[in-house]
Amino acid sequence: METKYTAQDYKKGQPRWCPGCGDHFFLAALHKAMAEIGVAPHNIAVISGIGCSSRLPHYMNTYGMNTIHGRAAAIATGCKVANPELSVWQVSGDGDGLAIGGNHFIHANRRNINLNMILLNNRIYGLTKGQYSPTSPRGFVSKSSPYGTVEDPFRPAELCFGARGHFFARAVATDAPGTVEILKAAHAHKGASVCEILQNCVIFNDGTHDSVYNKEGRAKNAIYLRHGEPMVFGANNEYGLMQEGFGIKVVKLGENGITIDDILVHDAHCEDNTLQLKLALMEGPDFPIALGVIRDVEAPTYDEAVEEQIAEVKGKKAYHTFEELLLTNDIWEVK
Amino acid sequence: MSEQIIVKERDEVIVRFSGDSGDGMQLAGNIFSTVSATVGNDICTFPDYPADIRAPQGSLTGVSGFQVHIGSGKVYTPGDLCDVLVAMNAAALKTQYRYAKPDAAIIIDTDSFGPADLKKAAFVTEDPLAEMNIDADRVIACPITQMVKDCLADSGMEPKAVLKCRNMFALGLVCWLFDRDLEVAFNYLREKFAKKPAVAEANIKVIQAGYDYGHNTHSSATNVYRVETKHKVPGRYMDITGNKATAYGFIAAAERAGLKLYLGSYPITPATDVLHELSKHKSLGVTTVQCEDEIAGCASAVGAAFAGALAVTSTSGPGICLKSEAMNLAVIMELPLVVLDVQRGGPATGLPTKSEQTDLLQVLFGRNGESPMPVLAATSPTDCFDAAYMACKMALEHMTPVVLLTDAFVANGSGAFRLPNLAEYAPINPPYVPEELKGTWTPYQRQEENGVRYWAVPGREGFQHILGGLEKDNKTGAISTDPENHDLMTRLRQQKIDAIPVPDLVVEGDAEDADLLIVGFGGTYGHLHAAMDEMRSAGKKVALAHFKYINPLPKNTAEVLRKYPKVVVAEQNAGQLAAWLRMKVDGFVPCQYNEVKGQPFVSSQLINAFTKLMEE
Repeated sequence: METKYTAQDYKKGQPRWCPGCGDHFFLAALHKAMAEIGVAPHNIAVISGIGCSSRLPHYMNTYGMNTIHGRAAAIATGCKVANPELSVWQVSGDGDGLAIGGNHFIHANRRNINLNMILLNNRIYGLTKGQYSPTSPRGFVSKSSPYGTVEDPFRPAELCFGARGHFFARAVATDAPGTVEILKAAHAHKGASVCEILQNCVIFNDGTHDSVYNKEGRAKNAIYLRHGEPMVFGANNEYGLMQEGFGIKVVKLGENGITIDDILVHDAHCEDNTLQLKLALMEGPDFPIALGVIRDVEAPTYDEAVEEQIAEVKGKKAYHTFEELLLTNDIWEVK
Repeated sequence: MSEQIIVKERDEVIVRFSGDSGDGMQLAGNIFSTVSATVGNDICTFPDYPADIRAPQGSLTGVSGFQVHIGSGKVYTPGDLCDVLVAMNAAALKTQYRYAKPDAAIIIDTDSFGPADLKKAAFVTEDPLAEMNIDADRVIACPITQMVKDCLADSGMEPKAVLKCRNMFALGLVCWLFDRDLEVAFNYLREKFAKKPAVAEANIKVIQAGYDYGHNTHSSATNVYRVETKHKVPGRYMDITGNKATAYGFIAAAERAGLKLYLGSYPITPATDVLHELSKHKSLGVTTVQCEDEIAGCASAVGAAFAGALAVTSTSGPGICLKSEAMNLAVIMELPLVVLDVQRGGPATGLPTKSEQTDLLQVLFGRNGESPMPVLAATSPTDCFDAAYMACKMALEHMTPVVLLTDAFVANGSGAFRLPNLAEYAPINPPYVPEELKGTWTPYQRQEENGVRYWAVPGREGFQHILGGLEKDNKTGAISTDPENHDLMTRLRQQKIDAIPVPDLVVEGDAEDADLLIVGFGGTYGHLHAAMDEMRSAGKKVALAHFKYINPLPKNTAEVLRKYPKVVVAEQNAGQLAAWLRMKVDGFVPCQYNEVKGQPFVSSQLINAFTKLMEE
């Protein structure tokens, strides 16, 4: 799509992340996506919390805030509700978004504020130099868990769906087209949209998403979900997904008489999130990791509802200025 | 029963309604104060809620009180002790009698003084009056419950609904005692129960019955009171609580500044009524978001401020603890934000329904780093309006978070509020970045005259910028850890707050030659003023300097504090204002009067303490 903007129009400054950090890849994809979306830079606010990835607003030629740890979703909520005209993007890492900011994450989803919520998930605390995060797997060894963690991680999609989220998509940071695609879908979606970006931390958690970090890996270990299309994957699309009982199974096309007609067709718009959740929770080695827009369901947004209610009450109530408000009270006069 | 009605002329009278928390004492008190205000009396009210969520009926912890002070001239406080005490049950008499003057008239519902009631109220004999040493001549003992039942016998109402009208009988009786026009009460009820006309009419019938009972029996054990009216300032008035006045101040400021009013809040006693009030006024474009927690309340307000709204967050002390990080973010980002702290008893959950002034040092200092923040404290329920307006003006014009302190006493109390004319209030002009600075402007570029940075609201082309919690370079606005720059930015933020103009401290009373200067701040103004007045009437040379602006302090603060031979700082904490003044005024060592009881000051106790101080 042609807009009057190029990626250059959204760029600012020189990123200071480690060479090879996933944030670099994501930032480039975000610049590109914004140019394709075409909202003017001065009508965009990018709001982050604290962490490596939360430096991102400094590299955007938009309005932005690099705020305090965990509160980006709450701050973005106020920003969007106060000015629904703005395109508001909230950028957090897994610690910022799901640990200290977990409460705001779920409530922004529940309220369905029209925010684009980016979750840059490298399963580690990088800025504080290498502690396990709420998305680190059980047993993960880090500076703060030298003998391995004894807790289970959050799975972001589960949290999002549990909070009644209406949009969830996933991309790998190094996959520019895949990332741009979900960012554009997130923007197009009215309501809270969560984009989980799988990315590497070259210093403290190198290789965490290795199975899908390059093109070859993704061909083998990931599936791109597209609404209305059959769920096939593999270097030659030789595998597919079928429903089996309450679950999903991987099948090989041509084997046991299975044809493309037997394969599940993705329905991102389905209100019932049961199958979407199953897809979002798929993990290797037995299942491919789902990429693309997994859930995208229209629902009334909070910020629109607030505006509508104000307009409705304005129509119903007879007072519209402070002076008129005063006169709605019991008044007596002293002469 | 006396044959003759003795009418007592009084300048002021204090009435305390008390009963079980389900007995509707707040409503009865509210109607009585409205009725009195309507005839032109000055009023000051104080609701005293029980701390229990739902104490057992008739129990001592479930007693709810509402005190109304009415006067022909200005009244400053809800008063210490009452002239008339309404006790709807035995527990109320037991707990509230200590608030009655020795010659007060006591109205009791004899139907609520049965053996079970007396037991619940921890009476040990069957004669509560004798047990409490109350002279029966002062008691109007009336079978209120039975009379209400008789009155509404033909109404077809459920027995439970009938009993809910007992408060109106007591109100009617009090109205007779004070020769009040019932029509105002009737109108109040018709409006309140507009959707339930049958309820309104039942209540009205019971008020009339209470009034008639008083009239027919001349049941005044003592006298009928008459409080004349002589208001000084002509104008239109309404009865307003502090919380409502605060909400109105925010609305007025937003209208005057031409901005959307945004409130991010989380319910907390005693601040929640501000959220309730603002949530009603969507027809004025007010946006309220009830957030997931206190942190989000403040954080979302910071986001709204960035987006160009007049942003407010409301809370009480425990909420300030949680909001302090986001408040600090607004300090370093230099965004306008008003933080309302309706103080209550602490620490931690403390005494949620009671009043203290114990958050002063918290709001002045309770943040990491050098974090200067203006602080104002409202001095009365009606002053909450002006204080809220000024807090907004200060925040918007000086690009800073501002703390507005009120307290449970001021917030729940009410007073006669002269309808403000907004045109008479100082305009509010936020420092929007001028269009001609496009291309050269940086986020922390300041205005020469007051050190305030310009405000560039998202949506304006050519002014895109990043703010944040990290220290920024003074010139470029980029992240900076340069030691000299940080030192400079720290000073610039401090200088900006110090340069905010605030009115001079006013000295009332014997400003020229007082032997004792009383100093206070915020919600204790009424009690301190009443104490000063009474001491001066007794021939003492006393003055009062009451702080509303606490940071920055008025320019003449040191001059005032040093002028008098003896100064006492009286506050409802362990000495926080005194500590702040000692820090700010070299060599200032005041006497202190401190109470941390969760209850309003008692003027007579203040007078005793101050008199003793003067004699030392």
